[in-house]
Amino acid sequence: MTYEAVIGLETHVQLRTRTKMWCGCANEYGAEANTNVCPVCIGLPGVLPVPNAEALRKTALAGMLLNCDVPSYAKWDRKNYFYPDNPKNYQLTQLDFPSTIEGFVEFEFGEGIERVRINRAHLEEDVGKSTHFSDYSGVDFNRAGVPLLEIVTEPDLTDADMAYDYLNALKAILEYGGVSDCNMEKGQVRCDVNISVRPIGQTELGEKVEIKNMNSFSGVRRAASYEIERQIGVLREGGTLVQETRRWDDAVGITESMRTKEDAHDYRYFPDPDLMPHTPSEEWIAEVRASVMELPLARKQRLMADYQLPASDAEVFVGDAALGDYFEVAAKGAKNPKAVANWVMNNLQAKLTETGGSTADLKFESSAIGELVRLVEDSKINSRIAQDVFSEMFESGKAPAVIVEEKGLSQVSDSAELEAFCNEAIEANPGPAQDFRNGKETALNFLKGQVMKASCGKANPQMVGELLKKILGS
Amino acid sequence: MPHTLTISQLTDKLAQGELSSREATQSCLDRIAAVDGQLNAFISHDPEDALAQADAADAALASGKSKPLLGVPIAMKDVIAVNGHPLNCASKILGDFNSPYDATVTEKLREAGAVIFGRVNMDEFAMGSSTENSAFGPARNPWNPDCIPGGSSGGSAVAVAADECIASLASDTGGSIRQPAALCGCVGLKPTYGRVSRYGLVAFASSLDQVGPLTKDVRDAATMLGVIAGEDKRDSTNVPEPVPDYIAALTGDVKGLKIGLPKEYQVEGLDPEVKAATEAAVAKLEKQGAEVKEISLPHTQYAIATYYIIATAEASTNLARFEGVRYGARVDGASPEEMNRATRGAGFGEEVKRRIILGTYVLSSGYYDAYYLRAQKVRTLIRQDFLNAFKEVDLIASPTTPTPAFKIGEKANDPLQMYLSDIFTISCNVAGLCGISIPCGFSVSGLPLGLQLLGKPFGEPDLLRAAHAYEQATEWHTKRPKIG
Repeated sequence: MTYEAVIGLETHVQLRTRTKMWCGCANEYGAEANTNVCPVCIGLPGVLPVPNAEALRKTALAGMLLNCDVPSYAKWDRKNYFYPDNPKNYQLTQLDFPSTIEGFVEFEFGEGIERVRINRAHLEEDVGKSTHFSDYSGVDFNRAGVPLLEIVTEPDLTDADMAYDYLNALKAILEYGGVSDCNMEKGQVRCDVNISVRPIGQTELGEKVEIKNMNSFSGVRRAASYEIERQIGVLREGGTLVQETRRWDDAVGITESMRTKEDAHDYRYFPDPDLMPHTPSEEWIAEVRASVMELPLARKQRLMADYQLPASDAEVFVGDAALGDYFEVAAKGAKNPKAVANWVMNNLQAKLTETGGSTADLKFESSAIGELVRLVEDSKINSRIAQDVFSEMFESGKAPAVIVEEKGLSQVSDSAELEAFCNEAIEANPGPAQDFRNGKETALNFLKGQVMKASCGKANPQMVGELLKKILGS
Repeated sequence: MPHTLTISQLTDKLAQGELSSREATQSCLDRIAAVDGQLNAFISHDPEDALAQADAADAALASGKSKPLLGVPIAMKDVIAVNGHPLNCASKILGDFNSPYDATVTEKLREAGAVIFGRVNMDEFAMGSSTENSAFGPARNPWNPDCIPGGSSGGSAVAVAADECIASLASDTGGSIRQPAALCGCVGLKPTYGRVSRYGLVAFASSLDQVGPLTKDVRDAATMLGVIAGEDKRDSTNVPEPVPDYIAALTGDVKGLKIGLPKEYQVEGLDPEVKAATEAAVAKLEKQGAEVKEISLPHTQYAIATYYIIATAEASTNLARFEGVRYGARVDGASPEEMNRATRGAGFGEEVKRRIILGTYVLSSGYYDAYYLRAQKVRTLIRQDFLNAFKEVDLIASPTTPTPAFKIGEKANDPLQMYLSDIFTISCNVAGLCGISIPCGFSVSGLPLGLQLLGKPFGEPDLLRAAHAYEQATEWHTKRPKIG
């Protein structure tokens, strides 16, 4: 019998906001333990939460980027459980009326495009961070109350690689939207995986296993891959699977049972009486919608279609959105956008890396690279000279045409002038000239080089070649 | 004897320079020293801090400053956060915890110039109707120290009734201000839900709790409400309704005010003396020009059950934060779970544990729909009852309590009987209304009796107007217990 896997993901992402979800403490990673705390986020007696407007806005934006609906009514619920890192011993979350619902993510997988349905993306609060020392434990509450977006997929994923690609696509979307920095090292993205397997053809789902404790996307891929094999193995050997939660041991590369359904928590969810429901107006939703930007995949597809860029170039511009934005301005009206792309990706990026600057610091107009490309295409300058012009543009910010004019860099295409250069070169180098006459084609390059040198690089190289051949052949 | 003064009397004397805030504060401190050993209204107080605040108030008075409570000593129920003062909620579990911040009401009192002193006794975490559930021992009724003073704000009522302070601030979740006010013979006001910020009030039941004053007369209640009411962005449940001039509402005139008497309030167990006093009080208001008519609140019989489901559900999670990890008393254990268990086992009293267990039960998977969700639906019906009634009347009158103060220990082993003593006060919180209890007589045995008036949401001006008019026509509020 052949089996297939059914996978759903629950991804927690810290929102990039100035302050925490319910108080004015900084939402900042890496501060000294328990310095970004106040009575509210450590749950002192008597405090009350006040929702962070920026977090609500970014949640709605994230939902829109994930093609979700933003309902006009959302509410807060308390999820009750005791743990030392949970200051109130309940976590504020959204149980049955989340801020965004029913969307999808499209992403490239293999040769095609896959679509995973999103059940919901809801807002909740992060908890503190426990550290265990030799004979005691400590809790850092800097993270407690940081806004956390939980993105829950439908069980639409069918293998570990697909889960991995979905996560990368999700990360790209959230980074693009400025919703989250998605920094894995800083623990800004955490993921739980639900996996079941079933014989191909069977419609009902198998027993669901939830896996926790993966700390990277590749960890998710390895854990999912291991777990699928494990479950299929159990069934093949005639065993049965139970609904349970398992823990991924990254060092060993296995999952181990944490708890079964019987000892699952009863979180005693109920609506938080300290918070009013969030009831966004149509105007507010429209305002957020106005800030929705193009998604990475859509941008890639558009760059390829509008500028005839190869996929690899489009990916560079999607991966570095600022560079991509710069390219689109520079390529406006360009006859050969691919040539503009090359300048931006190679020369410009190299210069920026060298100087540590960004496209915002550039002295020259965004249209200048297009102009430079046009000068080459129109044979006004050759590509060697173009490199010098670009360096000068970068330094002074002057327009390429101005630089060419000022420095007299215009390509020499006057046949009489060029013929004089050619004759000089032949006279000065009788050996190579004879070699060419004897059929040694490469000797021409040497002579061409001499002409370029004599003309300070300004000679039209194509014309020089033709002239040399003509003189030597006659 | 400055400690016997009302707020308005004291502020007059302070303004005229007849008296200093230091003298008034010292007088309260002396009174505490004289009688509190017997009454146990105060859990703790810091005379030096109080006198320093009084001196600051005197300096402000000398420079011609005028503020509504400038120099007035006010005692705080032990659930309201005052920066640098102990915050115990009359529980062992908070250990030596001092609040590092001010509640919004505390800030407002400070801005109004009050001398904030003393932590007054209460039922632990405001759970109870007798102040017997205090880890610091029961408070006693100044009219008869064998009797309970009511609860949960028993200490607040005792401190006011026994002139240990000029006024006090407390909280009311199901009658915790009005019931002890009635049993101790003072005025207790529970504002409309959302009228006063809850920020810094340690939550018992978040959707029912409201801060309010206990005072020696109705004018003082109006003054206090004017100070503490108003918008607070730190409390999402606070309603940004403008604060009217409550003193201006005290016209002494009730002509045309319609007062309803709920027919469902003729309950079994209503003490005949209480019944007679209430009827006499209503007759007095009628004589003063109010119109009285019978009304119906058909869902009254479900109020107590509804209340005890919602209040305990909310309390069970509100009190989850007390486990000794970040503050308060801690009993160590081998694991976090054991530490929680040991800390909470040792730190909470019986009644608090009972309510946490009840609340945990009603929120449990499989029971939620039958209890909590259903209670919320009934709550809507109860509120609707009142909103319908308030289409016909401006106020609703009833006894505050079914009986006068009972003996200490009398109901301690019968929690259900204790819960039933809240029958008249509980609906006000369930429906989110405002209510007041004012003195309306004495039992044959010399214990005070209270008249309760309920008003529509944000109907405090009418409530205070009627209470004040009645007070003007009677002398009950001027009676003082003889202590010691």
